[in-house]
Amino acid sequence: MRVKVIWSAVRMVLLAVVVLGLGYNLLMVGIGEGLMPGRANGSLINHHGQVIGSKLIGQQFSSPRFFEGRPSATTPPYNAASSAASNYGPTNPALLKEIRTNLAQVLKENPGVKASQVPPDLVESSASGLDPDISPAAAYLQVPRVARVNHLPVSEVRALVASHVSGRFLGLYGAAHVNVLELNLALLKAVGQ
Amino acid sequence: MAYFWTIVVLVAALAVAWRFLGSYMAAVFDGRVHWLGWLERPLYRALGTGPDHEQTWKRYAGALLVFSAVSVFATYLVLRLQGSLPLNPQHLGAVSPALAWNTAVSFVTNTNWQNYGGETTLSYLSQMTLVVQQFVTPAVGIAVAIALVRGLSRRSSQTVGNFWVDVTRCLLYILLPIAFVAGLVLVGQGAVQTLAGPATIHDPLNGVTQVIARGPIAFMEAIKQLGTNGGGFLNANAATTFENPTGFTNLLLIFLLLVIPFSLTYTFGKMIGSRRQGAAVLAVMAIIFGTWVGFTSYAEHQANPAVAAAGLAHQPTGNMEGKEVRFGDTSSALFNVASTQTSTGSVNSSADSFTPMGGFGMLTGMMLGEVSPGGDGSGLYTILLFAIIAVFIGGLMIGRTPEYLGKKIQAREVKLAGLGVLVMPIAVLVLTGLAVSLQAGRAGPANVGPHGFTEILYAITSQGNNNGSAFAGLNGNTAFYNVIGGIDMLIGRFAIMVPVLALAGALAAKAVVPESLGTFRTDKPMFVGLTIGAILIVGGLTFFPAVSLGPIVEQLSHGRFF
Repeated sequence: MRVKVIWSAVRMVLLAVVVLGLGYNLLMVGIGEGLMPGRANGSLINHHGQVIGSKLIGQQFSSPRFFEGRPSATTPPYNAASSAASNYGPTNPALLKEIRTNLAQVLKENPGVKASQVPPDLVESSASGLDPDISPAAAYLQVPRVARVNHLPVSEVRALVASHVSGRFLGLYGAAHVNVLELNLALLKAVGQ
Repeated sequence: MAYFWTIVVLVAALAVAWRFLGSYMAAVFDGRVHWLGWLERPLYRALGTGPDHEQTWKRYAGALLVFSAVSVFATYLVLRLQGSLPLNPQHLGAVSPALAWNTAVSFVTNTNWQNYGGETTLSYLSQMTLVVQQFVTPAVGIAVAIALVRGLSRRSSQTVGNFWVDVTRCLLYILLPIAFVAGLVLVGQGAVQTLAGPATIHDPLNGVTQVIARGPIAFMEAIKQLGTNGGGFLNANAATTFENPTGFTNLLLIFLLLVIPFSLTYTFGKMIGSRRQGAAVLAVMAIIFGTWVGFTSYAEHQANPAVAAAGLAHQPTGNMEGKEVRFGDTSSALFNVASTQTSTGSVNSSADSFTPMGGFGMLTGMMLGEVSPGGDGSGLYTILLFAIIAVFIGGLMIGRTPEYLGKKIQAREVKLAGLGVLVMPIAVLVLTGLAVSLQAGRAGPANVGPHGFTEILYAITSQGNNNGSAFAGLNGNTAFYNVIGGIDMLIGRFAIMVPVLALAGALAAKAVVPESLGTFRTDKPMFVGLTIGAILIVGGLTFFPAVSLGPIVEQLSHGRFF
């Protein structure tokens, strides 16, 4: 009787591997490829015939002419092969140091902005290290700088940001956000490149 | 305000599911659902069993243990041999023995504790092997819960069902169809599902080159949540856009992890022939869950004091360290509370960077024994243990032999229930004590002081409750943490399941005593209150000293207690 139980268990494991591990998975891959290949493959963005990134994966923008994303805790920042958070505890001095450094940077790059106007997402690192979004407040804060460097009217850049704010899904789920890569691509188009 | 409506939508969806999925699951386990009979019957033939082969509780438990042991062994083998097996586009080498042991046990016990970063450690084949366990283990948990419910509903019976049949039915009729639909919705929203390797991109705008990890993620995501597993494909879990792309998927994932544990209370009520009894158990779960969600959301909506000190006075979006913009603070808290209270353990934000009281909310949610609503199956059978403790205490108060659902609760039943309830706290506290007293254990935490202690306590609590939620600061991938973690998880799973099945057998053998005027009604608020009391007293008294040394000290050290 005992041996019979072991054989039943082995057969159950094998059946599960075939049906659930392989069958179900390959079916899902097939449906994904067939119905929504763009999304199933990572929402990659094609720009002038070149794959320049994924809509869903943040990139580091450090030039003042572009909108900047959130601080990233991966090494190096925005390492899409190894997602990670800082894991700094709320009372960790390293967290305070990180925020102070980032805040000083934001204030230096955006003259005229007061510390009390800086939203936390611009100085605190994201959970995945790959957050493609910033809050609308963090985008609007960068408008004067981006307009100046690109020689565009502030009102035009502001309108550009406004048109890229994604509200809550169905007005309910999640929080309003701005996709940084898409915003920067739109900015390039506005500049005429 | 939007958060309020998010909660309203979630509650409404769960309420509908409770009624209809709950009733459907009862039909599945009573053998009244046959729409996949063409697939079901050959499976029974291959397994050499069938719905008529009823098992005693000992046979049932034996099949469960042997099946789990074979599963651990098979998973361990695949992880060790992944370097020489197909579906390995990144050419990743073998997983080390200690890590393979921890990971195999972790997925077979429905814990999904991960001492590794998925995208940098495991081949696609290894991930798919883990998905197999993500399907099977919730089915095993639900099977045990159903066996206990049969114990309560049957009269003078020697058997409690058939393990293989219960698991097969659960997989075919419940888990597979829901996960399939949910997986498609996730891909539609942007979750990745591909067997192509990582994508390499170059962006001339900023000179950035990225290697973007991809894989068969969406199908794992669906069952990871539905099966209260929690182990994600990517290191940052459901915080990444590839697992959880939008605010909508965030709510969908929360719904998926809550739906089966809550709905099983309806299944329970239906199978014992009294929906009011099911509703009473649901009330216990919902009251505890609601309290914890409110508390933790409030804590996370507050500014982090460290941020206030840096001069950022205006923080409309709360504590954002380790959170994603598209979710925001409160929805991040909701996800993590739901995930810690269902023994799921997936995260959409960094638990380590939550405020001290936010972390307290998640940690204590697990310490209550995963009953609000708990994991698939494990939530129901654990809360029924507490219900038996509650009627026992009620019986002591009035000096009458306690009954639950017409079954006399005698010495054997109380001993088994007490054993099932106390095994977890004992394992967690002893192993935490061991970890802090050994150099190998103290070397783990990334943060110092009370937060470092919380990281150790959190890790061992999480594994002992088969949760898998990580306060990720702890470096758990050491021989020490891998080995004790594996032991912790095995105790948390099987040292509770076996007493539960023994209880099922003992109860099934009893006759039903007719209700009288002196019977303590278990479908009334008094019973709900008594059960909540039993849960809070067991969890609170056993863990309060340990929690005091972690998050409570940390909160008080700010000189501010909200």
